[in-house]
Amino acid sequence: MNTNRSFHLSRRQVVRGLLATTAFGVTSKFGTGCSSSTGSQSSSGSTDKPIVMGFIYVGAKDDYGYNQSHAEGKAGVSKLTWVKSVEQANVPETTDVQEAMRNMIEQDGATVIFPTSFGYFDPHVLKLAQEYPEVQFVHCGGLYQEGKHPKNVGSYFGFIDEAEYLAGIVAAKASQSGKLGFIAAKPIPQVLRNINSFTLGARSVNPKVSTQVIFTGDWSLPVKEAEAANSMADQGVDVITCHVDSPKVIVETAEKRGIFTTGYHANQAVLAPKGYLTGAEWDWTNVYSKYAEMIRAGKTLMNGGIPHLVRGGFKEGFLKLSAYGTEVNDEAKKLADAAKAKFIDGSMVVYKGGLQDNTGKIVIPAGKDLKQQDSELEKMNWLVAGVVGKVGS
Amino acid sequence: MMFNSSRWRTTLEAISLPIAALLFSLVLFGIFCALAGANPFAVYASIYKAAFGNWRSFQNTLIRAAPLMLTALCTALPARLGLIIIGNEGALVVGGIGAVAAGLALQGAPPTLVQIGMALAGLICGGLWIGAVGALRHYRGVNETISSLLLNYIAIALLNHLVSGPMKDPTSLNKPSTYPIPDVDMLGKIPGTRVHYGLIYGLIACVIAYFLIQRTTFGFAARTAGGNIRAARIAGLPVGKLTMAICFLAGSCAGLAGMVEVAAVQGRANESLNANYGYSGILVAFIARHNPLAATLVAVLVGGILASGGILQRVHNLPDATVLVFQGLVFLVVMYSESLYGRLPIFKERSQVSGSPATATV
Repeated sequence: MNTNRSFHLSRRQVVRGLLATTAFGVTSKFGTGCSSSTGSQSSSGSTDKPIVMGFIYVGAKDDYGYNQSHAEGKAGVSKLTWVKSVEQANVPETTDVQEAMRNMIEQDGATVIFPTSFGYFDPHVLKLAQEYPEVQFVHCGGLYQEGKHPKNVGSYFGFIDEAEYLAGIVAAKASQSGKLGFIAAKPIPQVLRNINSFTLGARSVNPKVSTQVIFTGDWSLPVKEAEAANSMADQGVDVITCHVDSPKVIVETAEKRGIFTTGYHANQAVLAPKGYLTGAEWDWTNVYSKYAEMIRAGKTLMNGGIPHLVRGGFKEGFLKLSAYGTEVNDEAKKLADAAKAKFIDGSMVVYKGGLQDNTGKIVIPAGKDLKQQDSELEKMNWLVAGVVGKVGS
Repeated sequence: MMFNSSRWRTTLEAISLPIAALLFSLVLFGIFCALAGANPFAVYASIYKAAFGNWRSFQNTLIRAAPLMLTALCTALPARLGLIIIGNEGALVVGGIGAVAAGLALQGAPPTLVQIGMALAGLICGGLWIGAVGALRHYRGVNETISSLLLNYIAIALLNHLVSGPMKDPTSLNKPSTYPIPDVDMLGKIPGTRVHYGLIYGLIACVIAYFLIQRTTFGFAARTAGGNIRAARIAGLPVGKLTMAICFLAGSCAGLAGMVEVAAVQGRANESLNANYGYSGILVAFIARHNPLAATLVAVLVGGILASGGILQRVHNLPDATVLVFQGLVFLVVMYSESLYGRLPIFKERSQVSGSPATATV
């Protein structure tokens, strides 16, 4: 029965097919021969050659979230005429990222690499740093430890909870019900700090508001995130914010339900023209440009010109706040701007002594204010009073 | 089937059809690239250069191929028994957890012993995981494809639970992980390369699997049961035992991949363990038509495709999903080419025209 439906190929057709295949093979080979080979060229320090910077992201460049914020930073720094930048997106935290870094160094001649995902650091960045001691690896995450990690490794991170504090102020002023919602990925210190600062900001202008927290369990679970946003809307929450890789789904869901959102990582205003109040954004363009300037001036991590650990908030130019939405009233703007000014002049203390968590326990002893740079805050494992939720999963 | 000299036309068919399919998918991919605004021939050249161009970039390909060989067996072996199992990712994750647990428990023992312990733990954990799928299939009649797929999610949830709870290293604050395995206990690189020993494990496992399936009575029994389960039962073959054994072996291969990922790359277990090697392994198994030896070559090919993902982004400014489009095209075209087996007259055996139908899938 097969023979009836089979293809009848004449000898001539076969010959033709073979010829076509060969021709294809030859041309693709031909292309290889012609392509210019960019060998490994190590250019360091000299000012007439461009500084080649490599950027690696764990997700897509247009995720409206963390990766987009870095890609925007890369696009920003590329505007400098003496910077040449290459980028690679969707690189998992496996040998993949090691190979990506290696290729950037060997094929593109990158002398500075910015691997932007937290999980790239150990073991991947550390391994490559040992292999290429003349290349600088600047990792986003603030994990560098003096004496333990190689000299050509640096680390940077921002206290984005400062921007969350301001978003909390705006959210509390916009909320009618006094119920705010926070959709978070995992109960790790970084995330808890954002939840706490958001809540403290909100309660600084209206002590009656509460923040309902839902942990989804992972960085990118769009279905769960949408469910969480919907269930919060059902419970009467009228401002939602989040800490997940991409706030896209949450912001869109909230807009559909007619409630407010504040963004995170990047600007999501286009996704919710009506309900987007403001958002905590990274200003990586500024951070990367500063690194580029330092490198151009001949400074490196190895010669001590560039500090190994760079961290900061509004004052150091790590953060920005999305432009206020149309629904934000002047009072809220004034309060938020005043708080921002205090962050910039350094007089703001978010975590004051005597702070209680949501079980009533005192988590910061009275009289002991914790400044933003305090390492104590990086071990946070509690939620402040006013947060409805638990750290334990 | 594949290396059978007496029926060279069938052999030729089995070799040339996949190659033709690959070439055709390259053409399709070229059209896609042209539509995306890149010169297809420059893209082909880049892919070749990034994947196979020189020894340095070929090592990149081999590094990516190593876990795929092992995870591919997790689908390829049960397929010979007529089971479609896609629980590779879950078995890999569970194998990785087992390997870490063993590595930490044996800490202080001679490194070789620790490594053997980790490998055994990976094999057993992964094996039991897919073994459970086999048991559900045989004793309760649960569809093995669905159950193995769902077990992936359970495995990932288990991993997340263990690394953020019972097995958590308290110093791993923002990326919950287990305690690290000491450097001395880690698997090294193959001398003279940057490829880790996982590649050797993969090659050995594939060769063993091939001989087991093609050259032993056990393999013959499995293939018979895969061809016609009722006939196998009537012939008195222990179908239940075969199912369990094959599923255990399949799972242990993926578990070993997890062990390699932990012991040669990550050094600890955390969410990075779940990096889609399992799903790519399914692709490899299907392209290789569930032949373990072919799987080694296909793994290298798919590794090469993955290795070229970076250059497509950096040189041609193509989106990061381009490499997935390529992978998807290859998969679809190869799947479609399956339907051509036995249809092309030039591959028909002249002596016994009716004797060479498309039974090569057995």
